[in-house]
Amino acid sequence: MFSPQIMELIQNGIGETLYMVFISTAVSYLIGIPLGIILVVTDKDGIRPVPVLPQVLGILINLLRSIPFLILLIMMMPVTRKIVGTSLGWKAVVPPLVAAAAPYIARMVESSFKEIDAGVIEAAKSMGASTWQIVWKVLLPESRPSLLVGAAISTTTILGYSAMAGAVGGGGLGGIAINYGYYRYETDMMFLTVAILVIIVQIVQEVGMRLSRSSDKRIR
Amino acid sequence: MAFEESIIQLKGMGKEFKTANGPVVALDNINLDIYRGEIFGIIGLSGAGKSTLVRCINMLEVPTSGQVIFEGQNLAAMSPAGQRKARQSMGMIFQQFNLLAQRNVLRNVCFPMEIAGTHTKAEAKERAMELLQLVGLEDRAKAYPAQLSGGQKQRVAIARAIATNPKVLLCDEATSALDPNTTKQILQLLKQINQDFGITVIVITHEMAVIEAICDRVAIIDHSQIAEVGKVADIFSEPKSKIGRQLILGDAVNNVKFDLARKFRITFDGRESMEPVLANMILASKVPVNILYASTRDIGGTAVGQMIVQFPEDEADAMRALNYLKSVKIPFEEVTGDDV
Ligand SMILES: Nc1ncnc2c1ncn2[C@@H]1O[C@H](COP(=O)(O)OP(=O)(O)O)[C@@H](O)[C@H]1O
Ligand SMILES: [Mg+2]
Repeated sequence: MFSPQIMELIQNGIGETLYMVFISTAVSYLIGIPLGIILVVTDKDGIRPVPVLPQVLGILINLLRSIPFLILLIMMMPVTRKIVGTSLGWKAVVPPLVAAAAPYIARMVESSFKEIDAGVIEAAKSMGASTWQIVWKVLLPESRPSLLVGAAISTTTILGYSAMAGAVGGGGLGGIAINYGYYRYETDMMFLTVAILVIIVQIVQEVGMRLSRSSDKRIR
Repeated sequence: MAFEESIIQLKGMGKEFKTANGPVVALDNINLDIYRGEIFGIIGLSGAGKSTLVRCINMLEVPTSGQVIFEGQNLAAMSPAGQRKARQSMGMIFQQFNLLAQRNVLRNVCFPMEIAGTHTKAEAKERAMELLQLVGLEDRAKAYPAQLSGGQKQRVAIARAIATNPKVLLCDEATSALDPNTTKQILQLLKQINQDFGITVIVITHEMAVIEAICDRVAIIDHSQIAEVGKVADIFSEPKSKIGRQLILGDAVNNVKFDLARKFRITFDGRESMEPVLANMILASKVPVNILYASTRDIGGTAVGQMIVQFPEDEADAMRALNYLKSVKIPFEEVTGDDV
């Protein structure tokens, strides 16, 4: 049905997509988790309230999140060129993906932490735990199942954004779908790439949910 | 046993919360001396300020006035690090147990030792196993909190709370989520820990039975203030405050006034036995009765004679009692003045 050249193209597309999604997700988490921790810890009902800081951070996060991804991608081009040396191909998608995903992940992490029973944190405090000890030994491990669900959702969201980046020369499966399906009217190619994206999303989501469930000790 | 030396002193302690609807006074001028080695109870109705009081003792809540003195040191004056250190000498257990859901029982008990950094991993495990033995859960070391009953969870919480050898154990409604039987067992365990390790235990509760079961002394707290303090036996036999009488004697006795109540003559004509009639009337109508005069004789299990009783001033209460008498067809008539 598809020529070997096309198959190779698709293979490369899958590789590029997985690669950019993986790197973007990893970097976004490196930024998003600390941000989420700061939001929760410094909240006025948090472990160590700090005035103003969480509000300012919250506004910045909302601001970044309210910019449509395609616009962000274009707006960031000069910055992107500085960071990765090019504004084309999958590498050039990573910085805007991180800029879009990190604040999203910060919110996901924040809400995971807020699910933890305040009583458990109070118990840790009553044992003389420091703020750091509460973060490391209570917040992170106790919210593990919820964080894993959040990671599955975040990863699939980033995958969706990465496909969008194809529209502006972002490479990966999204790039193939646009170039062949849209510009050359090869609808077969478009459906194939979309089908592959759907399968990847399903796998990521399912794996995330299973990891979450199997790690959750609240289930008997 | 006589306890003399203070371990915790609250001096003029107050706590005010700032809320959207203005300030809320949760504690007002609290003065208490808690002696080393005793089991001290704090009882009061919901919202009286009990939880706030214990949370001020270990500085989870910072008092807005007055002092908390622990072993001669003013806690509020300590650095945050110093306060954390002091907290390690005060274990705490809660109504909702507050175990770490993602840690098994053994690792829950190890938790405070990790926090305090007092034990190596191996030492902590060993001590945790000893403690689990003490609370009778050594065979559930690998279980997770979700797999335990309420009573078992509280045992784990107790083992956890005493892991770092605290001098004080604070218990905030520790048995309020448990059934009566489990409550008894947990209270026994607290008593045992108090006796075996000399840990001072502070018990917060809204249940008189808890105080009665294990406390040496008790403070009654009402509307943010201490109403009275004393030995449990003394307070139980002669509560001086209104809230004390209410908590100990129950609602009915406290609120009822008989002074202006109407009097009724009940006649027993031998069809009924007197005692069940009165007992059933009180149970059915929930109205206390003041017996002014009785001249009855028990003849073969049935009562003959008459009795003059007073019902509470409250008209509705009296009506309920009279309706009961009507329903069981016991004759009665109202008597006035001194026509007894
Ligand atoms: N964090 C808080 N913010 C505002 N009000 C509070 C807070 N904690 C307690 N209160 C108020 O303080 C009073 C005493 O509460 P609490 O100590 O929990 O009572 P108890 O434990 O005896 O039921 C209540 O009126 C309660 O609403
Ligand atoms: Mg309470």
